[in-house]
Amino acid sequence: MEDRDVARVRGGRRARSRRRRVVIAVLCVLVVVAYAGSLMLGSTSYTLREVLAVIVGDDAPGAQFVVGRLRLPRATLAVVVGLSFGLAGVTFQTLLRNPLASPDIIGVTEGASAAAAVAIVTFSLSGLVVSGVAVAAGLGIALAIYLLAYRRGVAAGTRLILIGIGVAAMMQSVISWQLERATNFQLAEALRWLTGSLNGALWRDVVVVLVALVVLGTLVLVQTRDLAASQLGDDAASALGVRVERLRLLTIVAAVGLVCFATAASGPIAFLAFLCGPIAARIVGPRGSLLVPSALVGALLTLLADFAGQHAFGTRLPVGVVTGILGAPYLLYLIVRINRVGGTL
Amino acid sequence: MNPRLEIERLTLGYGDRDVVHGLDLVIPPGEVTAIVGPNACGKSTLLRSMTRLLPPRTGRVLLDGKAVHSMPAKQLARRLGLLPQSPIAPEGITVGDLVGRGRHPHQRTLARWSLADDRAVTSALKATDTLELVDRAVDELSGGQRQRVWIAMALAQQSEILLLDEPTTFLDVSHQVEVLDLLTELNRSKGTTIVMVLHDLNLAARYADHLIALREGRLYASGRPSEILEPGLVEHVFGMPSRVIPDPVSGKPLMIPIGRFHVTEG
Amino acid sequence: MTPTGPVTSAATDAPDAPAAPLRRSRRARGAWLVALIGVLAVACATSIVLGSRDVGWSDIWAGLSGQSEGFAQAAVAKRVPRTALAALAGAALAVSGLVLQGITRNPLADPGILGLNTGASLAVVTGIAWFGLSSATSYIWVAILGGALTAAFVWGVGSLGRGGATPLKLTLAGAASAAALSSFVVAVVLPRPDISENAVSWQIGGVGGASDDKLWQVVPFLAVGGLVCAWSARGLNMLGLGDELASGLGERVVRTRLLAAAGAVTLACATTAITGPIAFMGLVVPHFCRLLVGVDHRWLVPFSAVGGAILLIVADVVGRVVAPPSEVDVGIITALIGAPIFIAVARRRRVREL
Repeated sequence: MEDRDVARVRGGRRARSRRRRVVIAVLCVLVVVAYAGSLMLGSTSYTLREVLAVIVGDDAPGAQFVVGRLRLPRATLAVVVGLSFGLAGVTFQTLLRNPLASPDIIGVTEGASAAAAVAIVTFSLSGLVVSGVAVAAGLGIALAIYLLAYRRGVAAGTRLILIGIGVAAMMQSVISWQLERATNFQLAEALRWLTGSLNGALWRDVVVVLVALVVLGTLVLVQTRDLAASQLGDDAASALGVRVERLRLLTIVAAVGLVCFATAASGPIAFLAFLCGPIAARIVGPRGSLLVPSALVGALLTLLADFAGQHAFGTRLPVGVVTGILGAPYLLYLIVRINRVGGTL
Repeated sequence: MNPRLEIERLTLGYGDRDVVHGLDLVIPPGEVTAIVGPNACGKSTLLRSMTRLLPPRTGRVLLDGKAVHSMPAKQLARRLGLLPQSPIAPEGITVGDLVGRGRHPHQRTLARWSLADDRAVTSALKATDTLELVDRAVDELSGGQRQRVWIAMALAQQSEILLLDEPTTFLDVSHQVEVLDLLTELNRSKGTTIVMVLHDLNLAARYADHLIALREGRLYASGRPSEILEPGLVEHVFGMPSRVIPDPVSGKPLMIPIGRFHVTEG
Repeated sequence: MTPTGPVTSAATDAPDAPAAPLRRSRRARGAWLVALIGVLAVACATSIVLGSRDVGWSDIWAGLSGQSEGFAQAAVAKRVPRTALAALAGAALAVSGLVLQGITRNPLADPGILGLNTGASLAVVTGIAWFGLSSATSYIWVAILGGALTAAFVWGVGSLGRGGATPLKLTLAGAASAAALSSFVVAVVLPRPDISENAVSWQIGGVGGASDDKLWQVVPFLAVGGLVCAWSARGLNMLGLGDELASGLGERVVRTRLLAAAGAVTLACATTAITGPIAFMGLVVPHFCRLLVGVDHRWLVPFSAVGGAILLIVADVVGRVVAPPSEVDVGIITALIGAPIFIAVARRRRVREL
């Protein structure tokens, strides 16, 4: 074999993975910039020095409350929630080989949100218990959707998505029902469970989501190679030595967990999980794993959408309304595009 | 080193339906084996089970005397590869990356991509004459090119046995011959054991050293094409009268179907 | 992807039958219809009697004849228009769903799922917020406009490309549009305390706000829409055979489809303007009716109307009595009933048809 040929193959591969690394680096920088921006800017703006002073615990008169109590937990929650949704969404999409199979379209997010709303409104629960209930419900819903779509040995993609849409609609109405019952709810608080919101972010929530992200995110990232192989179809993946069923179980459970912990903190931020994977695919190009880029896109989107919702519209809109307005046209575009290329819809 | 792939009293099924019933088979090592039979006779199911995708109801699939269903997945995949009938190419993936996926069983979870991996990919691309396509997107290729790329992916796996599920379906006749020539070359130059499901009885008879005819999930006959392919087999397996003559090109048996019309001699 | 077949699955097929059984089955269908109307009457009576406050027969009589002395009679006076609105809304949404299923040949079509109701909702909210609309009639016109635009958009997106408007594409286009529109509803409503005091009511429909006044304003629209739909029934039967065959049999496919769509949109949107978005009615009722009477739209239209009226009245009564003293909006009840049926339908259809 000629080394020149090997070098050519190697070079092409390296160029593509270099691009991916560059994209990841740029995304990291952008997330940091957006994070800093959402700490500094607002109805009153602070300098980077003041913000840093608050973060390291120095005395920063004026900035202490707004930055330390309001913006810092809010922006941090945006980052961890965005990472969780971005990672979980692309995991679903990769594993089920369909960009439409993201947890917010097939009802998992809505299920977690409905469970959280029921836990809070009907049973007056709070804190970690709510997260636990949301995770349990999310897993139950995911399992139910999978079993309902499972027929003659295959969980066909199309059926799974349609069933998921039905489940999502049902969960939406459960949420609305809970909101109707809770007359003492603030409107903004109600919107959290309908569309997702970062209002009133608490450090307690940040910590819960962060721990879940570290544990479950690692669990997903370790499977990167197997996930790549599984994209070739169950038969081919199995022939390549992937234990398909185990992989599916493990990663879905982890991804559902990510979604549910995040949802328990922020509500079902509309279309966030759905958007990140395709955006990451677009900027990374067809090389390798989208898991990390998609998670970063999630964090970036959440920060930007929340910032826009806070300041761009004259009135404060919850982040989910902004991502909903962004995400739906993208979904439509995806339908149109898949139609044009005669894809798998 | 010739791997021995054997099947012992294998019963396979989906749901409450059995598709393969108590099958006993030996795959001759180092040869090209073709499995033929009518639709839904269990051919693809059998292949799926050999790569442990489908657990057996009863019986075993043995590789050198060890049951494949209890072997570690990657270890098995380094010895036994499968190209399914309709594998899925992720959108936008390049030829090089797709063939690289075949290296999966050789890579540890967190290990970096090695020079050996790149060598294997290059050699697979050259063997299938697809090196020139390495940076193209798989979506853009013609059917014949795409099938060669998939075979390259299976080659990059560097397994001693390669199973292929109807590698020639959806290809026009010149590409069918091209793919089968490629597999023959692979078998002769590297000694890879090839097992393929084929639809076309005549191509199977020409290219296979060993023919296995299945009917309703049971073995009907197995042996050299020249020994077993005769009108009685076609009648029993495919339910159709025929005549078998020597192929003027290869000397292998050639099956001529006899339908209800256009028959000039009694 | 193959084009979707006509709306005939194993479960919805009318039995093939020679002439005599055909006549008999017509009698059977007539009997079923009479029976359903009987059920409707019972449902209406139940709806007037049951509620968080018990009323006696004398109170009902008094309430019906216009007296409103005492709590019980006042309750009756409120429940009568409410029941009437539930019946009208149920009938309109069910027929609308039936017709939409017919023209899209899509078993999952429903004004709620296709986003029509949300489009109508957004139009009304926008009209109130920015154009100072205040009368029910103007709501209805604006709602029809919004719903028609949404319908055209969803159909346009969903039917692009190969295979035409497959159920999945239409459903997704509808779900995506509904999600976007509902985000816009929140964005419009949120800064305006005058209409945001009950933001949820723009997301989930109910019939609690019924009054004689609103009823009389919506009735003409429903009558026109209903007549158009009924008149399209024969054309819908033709469309069920596929466009090629239908035009081969002399049907003017495009005209039939547009006319029927106009009727369906009018029904759904006029209803939504009064009740808010109520989902899944149009999905559930026609499927049950097909089980009863087969696939002939000339029968399905009246059956769906009566069935829809019954279902919505029952859903409303359930919502009133399930958790007293509060009420559960009927839109929630129908979604809780409807979503599982949507799932069942999606499950039963063969994958290829989706």
